[in-house]
Amino acid sequence: MTAKDALTERYQDLLSIYLKAKTETTLYKGQQFSRKLLEQQISPEDLVSLHIQVMDELFPNMSDEMRDSFDFLLEAMIGYGFAYREHQSLRDKQQQLESEIEVAASMQQTLLLSDVPQFDELDIGVVSVPAKKMNGDYYNFVKSGNSLSIAVADIIGKGIPAALCMSMIKYAMDSLPDEQMKPHLLLENLNRVVEQNVHSNMFITMFHGVYEPESHKFFYAGAGHEPGFIYNAKEDSFFDLIAKGLVLGVSRTTTYHPYEKEIQIGDMVILLSDGVTECRTSKGFIERDEIVSLIRKYMHLPAQQIVENVFQELDRLQEFELRDDFTLIILKRLV
Amino acid sequence: MDIQSCVEVRNEWDIVSARQLGRNMAKELGFGNVDQARITTAISELARNIYLYAGRGKICIEPIDQLGKKGLRIIALDNGPGIREIRKVMEDGYTTSGGLGAGLPGVKRLMDEFSIESTVDVGTEISATKWLR
Repeated sequence: MTAKDALTERYQDLLSIYLKAKTETTLYKGQQFSRKLLEQQISPEDLVSLHIQVMDELFPNMSDEMRDSFDFLLEAMIGYGFAYREHQSLRDKQQQLESEIEVAASMQQTLLLSDVPQFDELDIGVVSVPAKKMNGDYYNFVKSGNSLSIAVADIIGKGIPAALCMSMIKYAMDSLPDEQMKPHLLLENLNRVVEQNVHSNMFITMFHGVYEPESHKFFYAGAGHEPGFIYNAKEDSFFDLIAKGLVLGVSRTTTYHPYEKEIQIGDMVILLSDGVTECRTSKGFIERDEIVSLIRKYMHLPAQQIVENVFQELDRLQEFELRDDFTLIILKRLV
Repeated sequence: MDIQSCVEVRNEWDIVSARQLGRNMAKELGFGNVDQARITTAISELARNIYLYAGRGKICIEPIDQLGKKGLRIIALDNGPGIREIRKVMEDGYTTSGGLGAGLPGVKRLMDEFSIESTVDVGTEISATKWLR
């Protein structure tokens, strides 16, 4: 018996039972049957045809007018069949698009993956977790000469446009010559790229820093990015790592202020995205103080374990539902 | 190959004649009532396109028999303006005629095989086949 024969038989059963005793139960079964029809992608005109076939079977002496009226109904149903098939094809197309986005998301992940370079002087820890499929946060480490260049960026805007924008930032950064690696100059350069190439409703905040192991100086500049922290080991206290500057892409002529800081043994540089400070718990947004005390709780551990532990605690506080992409980076001077 | 029958399409009434021709042949070949309705709907759509966009043309219907596999082929021919972007008209949602709302992609889905050839300022030839199951 083919699937279609089985459907015909079932329909005939249901219909004849209904015609004998018009119960709500049978109507309910009829409704469930229609779900089955949809599952098997039976289009409306097919159902009418099924009905005609069954009626012919049940009432061989049906009047000609009645019989002909069904043919007319069938013809009138064709338009719905048209619409039904269009719907199916659009749905298939949507599924295809979704799986393409999935591929794009995993491509983005590989593209933006940045290996953490090894330095004798530094202990580095990173955690970056997207809230949705595509990560709107971006971080990048580059070892240029003896120095460590580090960037953290957050695209205001989500989804595919943000991801495309991110790839552009990455390649713009990769193609800048080494001598432009001074953070404030790099931001000025990127700002021009973003201003020229990105739609005006998309903004990028960025922090860029360079660590020089010889002098143990940290040079940095910021473009509207969430301030990080500096941990001063001697004083055993945390300070905000303020780097003032306009977000990238607003004006072509924006300039950025260069900052520098000497880093002592045991000091830490902590960089983050606003997904860290905008963690929302049942008590409201988490305070920067709370993040500091979380870091303090784990700071006896290696940098990678600090960031992972902080992330896990914040994730738990939010009941494992990240609302924004989360990036946290810690640099700790060892010697 | 059997002899094909054609209907000239110049006005809306000719669409009905084309449908009638198609239905008669579909019946003769043994198509069921649903497939008959699908074939005539495809004919309507193609004939309507000729009437609306080319002004005149013809619809030809031919029975086919390929190694015992029987079917019916609709051929729509016109010397109208042609279609500049075939890919576009084959996309869902592009219809402008306000007909059944599915246009050429709808016709393609109603039938088993579909091909279209069009040259700007020369004309369009569409052929669509339904196999007897």
